[in-house]
Amino acid sequence: MRHILRQLDEKRRLARLGGGERRVAAQHAKGKLTARERLELLFDEGSFEEYDMFVEHRCQDFGMQEQTVPGDGVVTGWGTVNGRMAFAFSQDFTVFGGALSEAHAEKICKIMDQAMKVGAPVIGLNDSGGARIQEGVASLAGYAEVFQRNVLASGVVPQISVIMGPCAGGAVYSPAMTDFIFMVKDSSYMFVTGPDVVKTVTQESVTHEQLGGALTHTQKSSVADGAYENDVEALAELRRLFDYLPLSNREKPPHRPSDDDVARIEASLDTLVPVNPNRPYDIKELIEKVADDGDFFELQAAFARNIVIGFARIGGHPVGVVANQPMVLAGCLDIDSSRKAARFVRFCDCFNIPIVTFVDVPGFLPGTAQEYGGIIKHGAKLLFAYAEATVPKVTVITRKAYGGAYDVMSSKHLRGDVNYAWPTAEIAVMGPKGAVEIIFRGELGDAKRIEQRTQEYREKFANPFVAGHRGFVDDVILPRDTRRRIARALTMLRDKRLENPWKKHDNIPL
Amino acid sequence: MFKKLLIANRGEIACRIIRTARRLGIATVAIYSEADEGALHAEMADESLPIGPAPAAQSYLAVERIVEAALRSGAQAVHPGFGFLSERAAFAEALEKAGIVFVGPPVAAIAAMGDKIESKKLATQAGVSIVPGHLEAVGDVAIAGAVAREIGYPVMIKAAAGGGGKGMRVAYGETELEEGFIRATSEATASFGDGRVFIEKFIEEPRHIEIQVLADGHGNCLYLGERECSIQRRHQKVIEEAPSPFLDAATRQAMGEQAVALARAVGYRSAGTVEFIVDRNRNFYFLEMNTRLQVEHPVTEMITGIDLVEEMLRVAAGERLRLAQHQVRLDGWAMEARIYAEDPERGFLPSSGRLVRLVPPAEGNGVRVDTGVVEGSEISVYYDPMIAKLVTHGGDRAQAIERMQAALDAYCIRGIAHNVGFLASIFAHPRFAAGRLSTAFIAEEYPDGFKGAPLNEPVRHALLGCAVFAQRALDRRDAGIAGQLNGWAPPSQQALVVRLGEGEHHVQVAQVEGGLDLTLAAGQVIPVRSHWRPGKLLWRGSIEDRQVAVQIDRLPGGLRLTHAGVSLKVTVANPQAAALAALMPVKALPDTSRYLLSPMPGLVLQVHAAAGEEVKGGQPLVVVEAMKMENVLRAERDGRIKTIAVKVGDSLATDQVILEFE
Repeated sequence: MRHILRQLDEKRRLARLGGGERRVAAQHAKGKLTARERLELLFDEGSFEEYDMFVEHRCQDFGMQEQTVPGDGVVTGWGTVNGRMAFAFSQDFTVFGGALSEAHAEKICKIMDQAMKVGAPVIGLNDSGGARIQEGVASLAGYAEVFQRNVLASGVVPQISVIMGPCAGGAVYSPAMTDFIFMVKDSSYMFVTGPDVVKTVTQESVTHEQLGGALTHTQKSSVADGAYENDVEALAELRRLFDYLPLSNREKPPHRPSDDDVARIEASLDTLVPVNPNRPYDIKELIEKVADDGDFFELQAAFARNIVIGFARIGGHPVGVVANQPMVLAGCLDIDSSRKAARFVRFCDCFNIPIVTFVDVPGFLPGTAQEYGGIIKHGAKLLFAYAEATVPKVTVITRKAYGGAYDVMSSKHLRGDVNYAWPTAEIAVMGPKGAVEIIFRGELGDAKRIEQRTQEYREKFANPFVAGHRGFVDDVILPRDTRRRIARALTMLRDKRLENPWKKHDNIPL
Repeated sequence: MFKKLLIANRGEIACRIIRTARRLGIATVAIYSEADEGALHAEMADESLPIGPAPAAQSYLAVERIVEAALRSGAQAVHPGFGFLSERAAFAEALEKAGIVFVGPPVAAIAAMGDKIESKKLATQAGVSIVPGHLEAVGDVAIAGAVAREIGYPVMIKAAAGGGGKGMRVAYGETELEEGFIRATSEATASFGDGRVFIEKFIEEPRHIEIQVLADGHGNCLYLGERECSIQRRHQKVIEEAPSPFLDAATRQAMGEQAVALARAVGYRSAGTVEFIVDRNRNFYFLEMNTRLQVEHPVTEMITGIDLVEEMLRVAAGERLRLAQHQVRLDGWAMEARIYAEDPERGFLPSSGRLVRLVPPAEGNGVRVDTGVVEGSEISVYYDPMIAKLVTHGGDRAQAIERMQAALDAYCIRGIAHNVGFLASIFAHPRFAAGRLSTAFIAEEYPDGFKGAPLNEPVRHALLGCAVFAQRALDRRDAGIAGQLNGWAPPSQQALVVRLGEGEHHVQVAQVEGGLDLTLAAGQVIPVRSHWRPGKLLWRGSIEDRQVAVQIDRLPGGLRLTHAGVSLKVTVANPQAAALAALMPVKALPDTSRYLLSPMPGLVLQVHAAAGEEVKGGQPLVVVEAMKMENVLRAERDGRIKTIAVKVGDSLATDQVILEFE
């Protein structure tokens, strides 16, 4: 017995060494932590339980049988984040460059299956050179096994990826199908084909960072949801994100008691919307003043900044926030912002997270770039997402709610549960100037008359009352009371039940 | 007394005047420009009238409109505050013609003191000392020598056409004078094409000290002590105090008497200020007289207990002064700090925009806040960017400073850049504490601008204590989440590592009643007590038995703590995690010299350059509209443009890249 225990200790020691001291030092020199160090930071102290520490690859070719490392380049298991369970795999770049073998993939699949059974999120820390080429199609099969599980888990348990090193080729498609992707600046990249292939095929010279770095994917491609300075910061923020999410679609999102008074009055919100309708203001001020403790976890902050998405808590309960941002492109909807918000709304709906929408939208962005790019279908995604969502939906119109964009933004007509308007709200088909130019086309020559018509239109429609008369807004509220009113609405909706007709799945315009 | 008063001003001074008027039972009328619709002063007054568009020339400086507004509102008197029309004789005259009382001095006194040469002549006649000098150009070295001997060394040789320090020389004796005269003359000729030079007394370590006077229409005139306003930045006063740490009773009396003599000489009435420059030997020389209420009047009010606005109103209504010179008592010490919307870390660039958060320190207990804005107000580009005047009073100078520091630490401002940290750093400066002031204080002590106050031991302990306390409170909150595994207990590490800016500190923590005790590596124990809860911007508590206020903002992966002019990122971790964090690379800040960054949030109006274009230094590149102001951003040097990252119509955030040079 004692002998066996000694042997076990020795085996564990060897496994923990990963690729050995030299490779660990090289990993550190690149500003990266090792797979196990990352798990230590991700999970509560001492809570991580490792599986399959002694798994080795089975490759008999190219001399691989001579090189085996226990664990085979990925550390898998489960632990807790603030006491709540999660499964994780963490690829070990110090072992075969984190390359994915059949055995490596099996380890990942094992924890994914386990997570699905018990209903707990899966967190993937990606740092891998790609497929284990020596294994050929076995490695590719391994990827596909993971992909299949990503898809089946989608909407059942939250899946989060952190890219902490290379992630190239087919490997990108596993994170791509998870719910959120974080990246570490300067030390991670993701692309389907690397700079060398790009150069050969298109003659384009591009660096790893430019092609698929954290900034590229958070600003240009929107593949990633957040970019962080280093491994430590990325994992700390991941823990923060985790606290907003339920463990599975069987649960409600986790309540966390807060000392912040739900009836807190914010007098300064009364002056948030400028007197001049053409002046922008920062919608994030409203979000932060409504949220518990002013905490707002923004996602995709650097992409399609004309819409803001992220998580907050109100009265301790998580909510997903979607808000038009008047600071950027006047807060209009375009291809990027529609896609960004649509996916977020669908995530919230999957996981029972109520959606709070702040509306100040002048319409859809016009232009050939938008039309050729398919704004019709992309805009439809957001409309579709809001319309199919059955979670509690609370909407506050702060200023403009014009045209089709009004309909899209969680309107009453799309089963918005509680729709409020600030006194500054203008709910109309379009802005006064545009409307008058169409309705009174015949009078266009007469500037004075047009001015008068515009004034008439403004008085008639540039207010929340027309919509109020029809019941399209439930109440006109004081800006200062917004937090209290939203909190009450959410409390009322806590046990909301609404089901869509049975279907295999819907056919959202992709 | 008047029944109704119009205040021809805006912002904090308008609010301050309204408060006194209200106490005296006088109805108030405010005026406001388009930019000030809904501003605090307009809301506070009993009535408020729109006066015109945002630019001051069309509103707060529009004499006719204001007189008309006064007539329309039925105001019997107008208080001009300071700035704007307060020293315009024409305004006082126009009011007089309309039969409205101007709360200020007689027109003749305004006019006389408004003229630099006239005022000096009057001062000389009244027996007030002025900076000795020769008012005419000095022809040659011999005359220069004679003049210098007459004035007394050291002297300053100044180009008649001078400016920017060119053609200026200081001479402490004969040899230096000769050399300096020749140099100054040739420099002046080269720079300005005009070689004429003047000679005047050189004031060493000059201090700006001014005397508050108060006169009625019945021949009574008092001086209410002095204010020292030596802490200036580019001739803009930043910190004022009363009394001056430099004056003795005899000098105070001599200055006061001269000030009163001058006031009498011009037939002064109302409150006024006689400004002096004082050299290191306490010789004082008249500079000018301000025929209005001064910005820094509250420090005088705090030590005399006199409400200067009330006195002005009473005098304007024809009343007699209610006290005599011997009844003027100076009690304790008062400090004033001007809180400006400006960015000390970017060369004091003015800042504007919405005050997203504004929580001033509590008033009372020796703290007074004169402000014209509330949370959600806008600091407009059209007017003075002052957010508030923070005034404290104490039994002595040290106590006034201490209260000021505490009040500054608790002053929460978010949304725009401000100088609270810079002010805190001055109040913590040993030279300031020693009272060794001069008008060159800021230039000498902050030659490279402001980069945060030094992290001394008490500040470090405060930040350490606050950081650990706050992080523990956040951890505790986070651990309160629902859905935990059975049997899970939050870790309660006793050994922690605090990373404070660049420094790493190993501490041991013990939970105690009401807070925690922190043991530093050296064995020192720091007791930390507080009731702070996550979400509160201001952490208040006691650290080492000292009352401390620290501002806490959340950053990715950590907190930003701001206290005593220091603002740092902190992280608190257990030793294992800290060891891993220590492995993280220190990233150099991106080289921004190749980039043109937006200095402010705004909208791109025009782009004057294209990628690949060669541009010259000074050439306009883009025009950014911020708050309706068109700001032309120019190339700082010659170069070729690599890429332009913005297009017309884009909104810019501060520091957003506009274009990149090759």
